[in-house]
Amino acid sequence: MAKHKVKKTIDEINRKIKEGKVVVVTAEEMVGIVKENGPEKAAKEIDVVTTGTFSPMCSSGAFINFGHSKPPIKASQVTLNDVPAYAGLAAVDIYIGATEPTIDDPLNKVHPGQFKYGGGHVIHDLVSGKKVRLIGKAYTTDCYPKREIKKQIRLADLPYAVLVNPRNAYQNYNCAINLKDKTIYTYMGVLRPMADNANYATAGQLSPLFNDPCCLTIGLGTRIFLGGAQGYIIWAGTQHNLSVARRKNGVPVEPGATLMVMGDLKEMNPRWLVGVSILGYGCSLAVGIGVPIPILNEDMARYTGVSDEDIFTQIIDYGKGYPKGNAESLGEVSYAELKSGTIKLNGQIIQTVPLSSYVRAQEIAGILKEWIQTGHFYLGHPQHLLKDI
Amino acid sequence: MYSKVLLLRFPREIVNEAIVVNLVKRFDLTFNILKATIYPRKEGLMVMELTGNRKNYKSGVRYLKDLGVKVESISQDIKRNEEACFHCGACTAVCPTGALYIERPEMTVAFDKERCSACELCVIACPAKAMEVNFDRGLLE
Ligand code: SF4
Ligand code: SF4
Repeated sequence: MAKHKVKKTIDEINRKIKEGKVVVVTAEEMVGIVKENGPEKAAKEIDVVTTGTFSPMCSSGAFINFGHSKPPIKASQVTLNDVPAYAGLAAVDIYIGATEPTIDDPLNKVHPGQFKYGGGHVIHDLVSGKKVRLIGKAYTTDCYPKREIKKQIRLADLPYAVLVNPRNAYQNYNCAINLKDKTIYTYMGVLRPMADNANYATAGQLSPLFNDPCCLTIGLGTRIFLGGAQGYIIWAGTQHNLSVARRKNGVPVEPGATLMVMGDLKEMNPRWLVGVSILGYGCSLAVGIGVPIPILNEDMARYTGVSDEDIFTQIIDYGKGYPKGNAESLGEVSYAELKSGTIKLNGQIIQTVPLSSYVRAQEIAGILKEWIQTGHFYLGHPQHLLKDI
Repeated sequence: MYSKVLLLRFPREIVNEAIVVNLVKRFDLTFNILKATIYPRKEGLMVMELTGNRKNYKSGVRYLKDLGVKVESISQDIKRNEEACFHCGACTAVCPTGALYIERPEMTVAFDKERCSACELCVIACPAKAMEVNFDRGLLE
């Protein structure tokens, strides 16, 4: 590692937050600052760069303890508004996953299915303060004699509810097109035939993991914006992969790192946890996440100065290639091109369609900036960096 | 997937629920009855939403007409629930008229009602279900 001219610690930054002297900018603002002043000067001036993303994130869910009844029950099959939750935990502990549809959902029988309600919607309803119908069934034991439980639950009355998302905030994702001659319905949205549109996710330069591409400052214990509240990164997410192709600036050009995150569901806000229905694909949960990147040295200033022109992804055919397990790249595009509205592939001009809300990502980065500036949010100390996982 | 709100008038001779059930059995359609009334002179009026694939939908409506049911479609328009829309942009993949489009560089998603043809493609494609079908609710009173 090269010697750094600027060196800061998280403790020093937290002290500045306490004294009201911290300098925070969003990842968007940082682009211009680094361009103008260079990374060294930027690192001296800026303490924290805030990021944001708001997008459907399938690998999400919540652990809930719904409280003991009298007489007690050892619930083994539980539904919330007719959406099955995983009950193979303790007596009244369950996990409700975002992509689980209602029991009688017609799924894709009439294609494309609409997946009107699922686990993500249950989480959204709970966070909105709505009542949710819980039905639990059980076999009886000497200590747990009750066979069935039916009740209305409300988030405020639950003894325990924690959002634990095993994979969120994917660092980079494919740009999807469809080379077949008919429309397809995928987790990357609706793809019209003959590459008529190109869909992409992630907020580009605002996205958390594009601003610390090698995961040098974040890890277990990093405090974040999660669902409108303060949450934590607790590990790398599933499919986390640091050994991917990168450009010289360190930014991966294909899906790389991911985050496992958690936070107290009771503190969250329905604006930042929204149940979604993806046509022909399934249910999910749109999650708002913002990660503050500490500018510990000039390298971190350079990383957070990354702009959409410097971030690239692969164009993948979801019509023929992907379903066969063959995700071969048809070309590379930058997020600046994707955001412009059209891209060019083999001479064909293709309309681009974002799936992730850039407007909401901006809003999150702005909220996190304000929280830090006003002393409502202190940086967490990562105990185990994601670069080592 | 195709869905329309219909106003059905049943002549006195055939006021009979089995007709509607047949739409499910024979044509694989689903229905949602929004209003049903039988008038003193025994003719029936029903407002319902009929959903299924387009071909079955057409056969189902023909079946009703052949039985002597008067079928009127209710004029509908599309409205965006501004609270629910989170400006992702997914709907711009399906909108054929450009009524839903992205404003750059802000990246907000705009809805221009003037350009909307009420094709309803966005209604099922919007992940947040922010695009809603509107019809004259007065009929339900
Ligand atoms: S798909 Fe729905 S939520 Fe997304 S921009 Fe369109 S209307 Fe808004
Ligand atoms: S109804 Fe059709 S034309 Fe109107 S906004 Fe939706 S997709 Fe576009």
